[in-house]
Amino acid sequence: MKSVMSYLGAIGAAQREAMDADDRVIIIGEDVEANVYGTTGAGKARAAEGDFLQRYGKNRIRNTPISEEVIVGAAAGAAMTGLRPIVDLSYSSFTYLAMDQFVNQIAKNRFMFGGQASIPVVFRSAMFYGLNTGAHHSDRPYPMYMNVPGLKIITPASPSDAKGLLRSAIDCDDPVLIFEACPLWPMKEEVEEEEYWIPLGVGRTLREGSDITIVAISGAVPEAVAAADELAKEGISAEVFDPRTLVPMDVEGIMKSVAKTGRLVVADPAHQTCSAAAEISALVAEHAWDSLKAPIKRVTTPDTQIPFSPALEKHLYPNRLTIAAAARSILKVPQPI
Amino acid sequence: MSPQLDKDFLLEAQRRMVRIRLFDERASKMVKRGQIPGTVHTSIGQEAQVVGACMALGDQDYMTGNHRSHGHPIGKGSPLSPLMAELVGKATGVCKGRGGSLHLADFSVGSLGESGIVGSSIPIATGAALSSKVLNNGKVALAFFGDGAANQGNLYESMNLAGVWKLPVIFLCENNLYALSTPAHTVTSGVIASRAAGFDIPGVRVEDGQDFLHVFNAVKTAVDRARSGEGPSLIEVITYRFNEHSEGLRLGVDYRDQEEKAKWLAKDPIVLFRDYLIKEGIANAGELDELYAAVEAEVEEAFEFSQSSPFPDASDPYLNLYTEPFEVFA
Repeated sequence: MKSVMSYLGAIGAAQREAMDADDRVIIIGEDVEANVYGTTGAGKARAAEGDFLQRYGKNRIRNTPISEEVIVGAAAGAAMTGLRPIVDLSYSSFTYLAMDQFVNQIAKNRFMFGGQASIPVVFRSAMFYGLNTGAHHSDRPYPMYMNVPGLKIITPASPSDAKGLLRSAIDCDDPVLIFEACPLWPMKEEVEEEEYWIPLGVGRTLREGSDITIVAISGAVPEAVAAADELAKEGISAEVFDPRTLVPMDVEGIMKSVAKTGRLVVADPAHQTCSAAAEISALVAEHAWDSLKAPIKRVTTPDTQIPFSPALEKHLYPNRLTIAAAARSILKVPQPI
Repeated sequence: MSPQLDKDFLLEAQRRMVRIRLFDERASKMVKRGQIPGTVHTSIGQEAQVVGACMALGDQDYMTGNHRSHGHPIGKGSPLSPLMAELVGKATGVCKGRGGSLHLADFSVGSLGESGIVGSSIPIATGAALSSKVLNNGKVALAFFGDGAANQGNLYESMNLAGVWKLPVIFLCENNLYALSTPAHTVTSGVIASRAAGFDIPGVRVEDGQDFLHVFNAVKTAVDRARSGEGPSLIEVITYRFNEHSEGLRLGVDYRDQEEKAKWLAKDPIVLFRDYLIKEGIANAGELDELYAAVEAEVEEAFEFSQSSPFPDASDPYLNLYTEPFEVFA
């Protein structure tokens, strides 16, 4: 049976499913007991009946001090010794405080100890971009972590993907970072209420098309769909593909689409340099050169810091207009006046 | 003397200290002869502090180490051959040649790994204690770290979290007076053990870290306390490394004066404990010589094993990166 869920509600639903299914799953993080962010209350009103604290108790729902390094490291140590923690780090830029634990412990321990460790832990964080929160809270840092072998990274762009991907992440025996896009929080759709798992590393085609492929990441996905709808009115058939997982990446899905269309736009809210878009562009250039009929274009955020003023911020990220303009430019069709 | 400290237990303590000494002496030789790539950091001189802490733990308990950490898994009871093979980078190494001297781990004895990054494994031990607490399985975790790591912020995040959650973890500072060449007192404000007071947890300073029993008793008290649900402790043990920071390191300045060195070299923990065992009538010289010879043979066997073992197969650079491997487009 399906019901309408928001992006945050779907995340709460996946957490509740996992908490019910396995006593080893715990949730730790700042303000998780009070359900401040709406994901430890199954999408219900704050502090209402059904809050995780009432349902699972203080042993499994744990408020932490503001100490990211030990939150992240302790979750890893707990995962190495029998628990399956979900860590709510709230803002994605807070992950930097625990960079040593992510890079030197979590990503390396299984490998450098010859497979003795498994580290089943999920780190959730939200990218508060596009909301005038200023430079400290607006980061989209997933590309930094893509450069760290040993981590898996997911960027769900819809409520149904959020529920199925997060469930797979929690059940995965490897460490997974999930980057949630705040601009998607209000998004609602019909979501299956029963348990389901979306495998990590399998992308999704949102629009079929034959003239150009738009690979879109995270919050750029609905913008790419809107761009494709706009282009369709102009007689341009755009395919929209969301890899959904950045590590492992569904490279075959991307190649298949590019083989069909011969043209590629990559829309990625991260900064341009060494972005997910940069990696996808390089992979296509290396492995699908013969399919390409035109140069690849990236639509990303310029390599600058995010300003506070609403007059300055909103233009920076990929949107339906900039994505459609990039597609027209590749197809050498005139831009609308 | 508690009932736990019978003759077998005390001889086992001496045996583990000798295993660390002879293992590290051999490793030092192997570095000089080019049989170990890179360098190693030995625990020579610190054996009482290592074994005193390890033997206060149970076999099922957890432990994390640091860069000077061959002694930690040995102190916890690891077999020597896979450790020695790991130092050489062999396929039979305890980490299959992926870790090396700086990343020994032996999960079979509760050793959750050394960290080459100073202080970085302290939160891991804290997390192992969290899992003990949530699963209510009675296990205790111990984090070894040095006087240098005592100035890393993650120690204080860990002590705070462990204090507020009453986690069964021991923060064990091995204060050997120097962070490489830097005297601890020149970079450390106040007394390390006293910092526990700020977290309302016990902070104990063991002044004579060369004495197995002093270290054992202090750590045992903390372990019993942790196991009974009363939470973490910080223990600072004063000790001294007899060798240079790392084997083969030659510095232009001698940052440790001769008088100080001589004073500490006279406090060899293995000699002190041997004398104690004989004086108390617990063991005679013949038994202890036999013990020493048996360990010599064990180290020789570990060396032979490390030499005769094959190097790992280089065809899969991704082995054990993930539990569920995936195709990489390279």
